[in-house]
Amino acid sequence: MSESPDSSGHFGAYGGRFVPEALVAALDELTAAHLAARTDPVFTAELDRLLTTYAGRPTPLTDARRLSEHAGGARILLKREDLAHTGSHKINNVLGQALLTKQMGKQRVIAETGAGQHGVATATACALFGFDCTVYMGEEDTRRQALNVARMRLLGAEVIPVTSGTRTLKDATNEAMRDWVTNVETTHYVIGSVVGPHPFPMLVRDFQRVIGVEARQQCLDLVGRLPDAVVACVGGGSNAMGIFHPFLEDASVALIGCEAGGDGVETGRHAAPLTAGEPGVLHGARSYLMQDEDGQTAETTSISAGLDYPGVGPEHALLRDSGRATYTGVADAWAMQALDTLAKSEGILCAIETAHAFAGACDWGRAQVAAGKDARDLVIVVNTSGRGDKDVDTAARWFGLVTGEEVAESDLVRAHEGEQP
Amino acid sequence: MSQLDELFARCRTEGRAALVGYLPVGFPSYDASVEAMTAMVEAGVDAVEVGMPYSDPLMEGPVIQAAHQAALDAGTRQADVLRAVEAVAATGAPTLVMGYWNPVHRYGFRRWAQALKDAGGVGAITPDLIPEEAPEWLEACRALDLDPVFLVAPSSTDERIAVVGRTNRGFVYAAAVMGVTGARAQLGAGARDLVARVRAQTDLPVGVGIGVSTGEQAAEVAGFADAVVVGSALVTALQTGGVDAVRRLAAELAEGVRSPVRN
Ligand SMILES: Cc1ncc(COP(=O)(O)O)c(C=O)c1O
Repeated sequence: MSESPDSSGHFGAYGGRFVPEALVAALDELTAAHLAARTDPVFTAELDRLLTTYAGRPTPLTDARRLSEHAGGARILLKREDLAHTGSHKINNVLGQALLTKQMGKQRVIAETGAGQHGVATATACALFGFDCTVYMGEEDTRRQALNVARMRLLGAEVIPVTSGTRTLKDATNEAMRDWVTNVETTHYVIGSVVGPHPFPMLVRDFQRVIGVEARQQCLDLVGRLPDAVVACVGGGSNAMGIFHPFLEDASVALIGCEAGGDGVETGRHAAPLTAGEPGVLHGARSYLMQDEDGQTAETTSISAGLDYPGVGPEHALLRDSGRATYTGVADAWAMQALDTLAKSEGILCAIETAHAFAGACDWGRAQVAAGKDARDLVIVVNTSGRGDKDVDTAARWFGLVTGEEVAESDLVRAHEGEQP
Repeated sequence: MSQLDELFARCRTEGRAALVGYLPVGFPSYDASVEAMTAMVEAGVDAVEVGMPYSDPLMEGPVIQAAHQAALDAGTRQADVLRAVEAVAATGAPTLVMGYWNPVHRYGFRRWAQALKDAGGVGAITPDLIPEEAPEWLEACRALDLDPVFLVAPSSTDERIAVVGRTNRGFVYAAAVMGVTGARAQLGAGARDLVARVRAQTDLPVGVGIGVSTGEQAAEVAGFADAVVVGSALVTALQTGGVDAVRRLAAELAEGVRSPVRN
């Protein structure tokens, strides 16, 4: 399974390249650069140096003792990607792709972003490497993640609000692809998740594997054995793929991906293609997809901008079909409750995306106990993919923590930010 | 000989390029789109690309994107696309579908190929499908005698152009500028080079899509290509001036492809 994908980028029936011909040469160039870099000691040493001295790796594994009671008593270990520079796992992938960009001699970088974490990470790396940076972000997301828009602009990136289609991550990705088709000779497209045409799902996974490699060893060191389950949230699927991959051969470890259940998967208003979609093609790869009877991409619903996406990485599609990983939809309300629980029991304010994983972990732990397992024997590793600063505004509204006057004021702040060039 | 082969043979005898017109089904309404496609054939368009509206058309610029969205908002379905093919094919002009892959994939590409054949379509242009991903699609086309048309771009290597040349039937579609669709005031110089590179690899006719919007530009492209493909300009004409404007523009373009500027 670690041999996936095959040389043409297929994970079983999934993946591949469903792209305009104009992009094929650039994808071939990128594939060659990545395969060469993978075994180039100079490249890997430089990436290790950046991950250590710039991004703050290794990130710790935190024993979340007080959270345990919410998971039926199971022991919960947090892989702290929220402590990485810029506040999420996205930096791991971006630093790798920035080095590849330099290797390929390109000077301009574009990216799509939903929650803004990938955009912030990309803007950060571009500042560090001296690249021009343009980030496409759905207009709806620029509103609900305004803090990250300001961060990207402070870092020198141009943020382009996308007003087509659903004005969220899907359409930001469309616009980034259109930019890339036009400027591919000078520009590298830093895709932010394990999605898109080959080699992106492989390449992003390879750069995110560091999460799982560290977590596996840290768990062995701390507990003396492997965990019973590894849980992660799934938008495009990069933090999940990164932590799952080093555990794929460990048959005793359950791998659980938590998709955005929105108003509840049963309502149809969600963003859970692995749970309730069918195979289809979007953004260059075949995978599970939310679509209508005619193959038009369906609208998605989620409180989390980073999970509000109708597609998912093709390797997850393969893991779903083989049963090696299981996927479940976590509704908005349940995720927000988990966010609150984590904040109050551990003093960690996580991203709303990440909160979906905690909710899923609590469900899994309780289900095991209900099925007769002894909670004291259960160890769950949860990928804490990001921190929640960007979500304070959304959370404050959700929990009614600000007064009407305060809300009006923060509206003004947002309107002002939206006007900036 | 396929309908497209016959068309290109006739154009060669007449010393001109073929004119290929594109309009999406369901924009501004189903009836108006079919009326416009029929009118453009009457005015001199030789072959029609019937556009299948799609929620995420990656290769399209703002004009065609907006038309696709409007068509979908108006309730256009896959069945309407096939119905439109039937209506346009009845004019006698070779009729192809220009369609992104997911709607075809969802329909079931074998079943869709049969439906296209039954409707009188001669083939399909697939802008986000490359030959490497399409062996089964190619088999389905071969079995039904449909023409699969893949694209080449300025960034295509000669090896890839050769693959497309061996795979396509009917013609090779050269998307001759890097970027999305849309009318351009100045035609890029790269188109001529790309056509020459295609001719070095295949004897198939070469159609060029490059943002042509005037008869003069059509004449210029007709000087080095076998077909001039026009899309965004026809969509804009339909949007701003209705079917009459489409008829006028098609007539102007038809004159253009009959006055190739060779230099
Ligand atoms: C903190 C955090 N976690 C998870 C995600 C979802 O992405 P992925 O599934 O690729 O990890 C995002 C995306 O924005 C994010 O910001």
